Amino acid sequence: MRVLPPLLRRKPAVAVLMCVPLFALILGLVAYPFFHALFLATLNKAETAFVGLDNFTFLFGRQTFWMVVRQSLLFALVAVVFKALIGLAAAHAINTIPTKGQRKWRGMMLIPWVIPPALSTLGWWWLFEPTYSAINWGLTKFAMPAVPWLSDTFWARFSIILVNVWVGAPFFLIMYLAALKSIPGELYEAAEMDGAGPWQKFFFITLPMIRNIIAITTLFSIIVTLANFDIVRVLTQGGPLNTTHLFATYAFRVGIESGDIPLGASVSLFMFPMLAILAFIILRNVRRRAASLA
Amino acid sequence: MADVTLQNLVKTFDTVEAVRGIDLSIPNNEFVVLVGPSGCGKSTVLRMIAGLEDVTGGDIRIGDERVNDVPPKDRNIAMVFQNYALYPHMTVAQNMSFGLRLRKVAKSEIRDKVQRAADILGIAELLDRRPRELSGGQRQRVAMGRAIVRDPEVFLFDEPLSNLDAKLRGQMRIEIQRLHQQLRTTTVYVTHDQVEAMTLADRVVVMNAGRIEQAGTPDEVYHRPRTRFVAGFMGSPAMNFLDCQITEENGRTVARLAAGPALPLPAEQAARARSYTGKKLVAGLRPENIREAAGHDGANSSGVPHDVSIDIVEPLGRETIVYFRLGDATLCARVGTEVHPSAGEQTSLVFHPDRLHLIDPETDLVL
Repeated sequence: MRVLPPLLRRKPAVAVLMCVPLFALILGLVAYPFFHALFLATLNKAETAFVGLDNFTFLFGRQTFWMVVRQSLLFALVAVVFKALIGLAAAHAINTIPTKGQRKWRGMMLIPWVIPPALSTLGWWWLFEPTYSAINWGLTKFAMPAVPWLSDTFWARFSIILVNVWVGAPFFLIMYLAALKSIPGELYEAAEMDGAGPWQKFFFITLPMIRNIIAITTLFSIIVTLANFDIVRVLTQGGPLNTTHLFATYAFRVGIESGDIPLGASVSLFMFPMLAILAFIILRNVRRRAASLA
Repeated sequence: MADVTLQNLVKTFDTVEAVRGIDLSIPNNEFVVLVGPSGCGKSTVLRMIAGLEDVTGGDIRIGDERVNDVPPKDRNIAMVFQNYALYPHMTVAQNMSFGLRLRKVAKSEIRDKVQRAADILGIAELLDRRPRELSGGQRQRVAMGRAIVRDPEVFLFDEPLSNLDAKLRGQMRIEIQRLHQQLRTTTVYVTHDQVEAMTLADRVVVMNAGRIEQAGTPDEVYHRPRTRFVAGFMGSPAMNFLDCQITEENGRTVARLAAGPALPLPAEQAARARSYTGKKLVAGLRPENIREAAGHDGANSSGVPHDVSIDIVEPLGRETIVYFRLGDATLCARVGTEVHPSAGEQTSLVFHPDRLHLIDPETDLVL
């Protein structure tokens, strides 16, 4: 029988060793970039001098920055609401199909979510693109006016929200579907005996039973949506006139394309406290409700 | 308050016939227990009465109304589920009042009804708790409270005690009985537990393979089973079955048990068995009708002693169950605590023919 070296015979030591890859990943991919960004945000454009919070004061004085803040919030809010509503409706619809037929529908509905968004957005870009837009071709066939999908502020915002909803709704669908399946059927039967109709069953049984999943899914989706990059990058690059920029695309524009990396770092850091507070509030509610239900 | 009538009730799931033509009429105030092995269709019948399953064929009437196509909420029935089915996000009071709130009953009236039901069930101090803070027995009470506040015409119980431990089950059985004595609401109760069936029922309906085998008082189904299935299903330990032959000996009709004693039949049995003389029948004898030889009660005198070899002994305190072999069959007897048989021992047991059930093996009907 082989004998382990003395260090490996101690269980705590083995446990720590096994966690090392994870620690290394977190350190390298989360902690280091975060603190490096904090550090960068305090430098001047040439990264030669410490300027304290000057980058932030500069940003707060710029109208474009506040426009980006408003746009990001509007984008996240509208997109998440629609993703949640569509996801819930679709999950309900699939849940009413007999179990045998559910798989193929579930699979089909998940397609937008599994295709890499940069690729699928390229497909959407073809549909929207001014010269050869397939949608506009269809509209004009029915004698309707062509829509300036990507060149008009309203329609450009509409388009990126539409694509984001299309990509993100399946995530809500799959989470809600799992939550719906975990509700015991007897509860609905009891509610039926109690005299509840379909809407009352939904509002008094379904909704309270899946509230935690809704909260967690929404939180997660807000974070991912606020940090969205690829859709805007591919469809509009922030235009027209910066009216579709989000935090991430604006940080990219300022930091990489305009070469002011410290300012770009400041833009991307601005999201952090907002998301942290939001996450704290939602997770606290989730814990409380979970404790009262379990 | 209403009577419930089932007429030629049929239910098929895809190709499986779960219920095959049930006729049953339950008069007002009666407590009926549907009992049978799992898969016999008893729960399906209950769920059809509740309106949770569609009826494939036949009619269900509650009172004078045919309710086949009436939705559950308009049938004025209340149901207690096996897993309680309490709403986990509502307090006990909210659980109990949910049906009333949906029906827009006045708040003060709801409060009174919930309070009264809680008092009856002894859960008044639990009204503000959530289901997860309750024990199994308390949850069961809340589930019954939810049924009571609705003041329904019919109560339906779907194996309500099967999730409780044995002691609690005994207590809740008594409470359900007390509740029925108090409210006198027509009740249909489904269980696979024959003790629940015997103790709770005004009438026991024994079901098997989607059909009613027998419906009668607990006394009837126990002492006068109509079929071999009922004879074997009711009673624990189960009835002993063994082949026998009907013969005439010394002018008496006798059931000669395979590898066992010849039991002279009582006059009534003899009259029914006479036409089977020379034929093979199945004899059913309950364990309590095979006793120890040294008994002191008078009934022992009519028995026929027979030497057997004891296989297994199960002492239960107030009685002892012994298993012994007779030919190829293993039989079971109940003996008093005065005797102390041990495994492997040869002893004499007394077979009492006065409660012998004779079964025609071709029809499985008791003669």
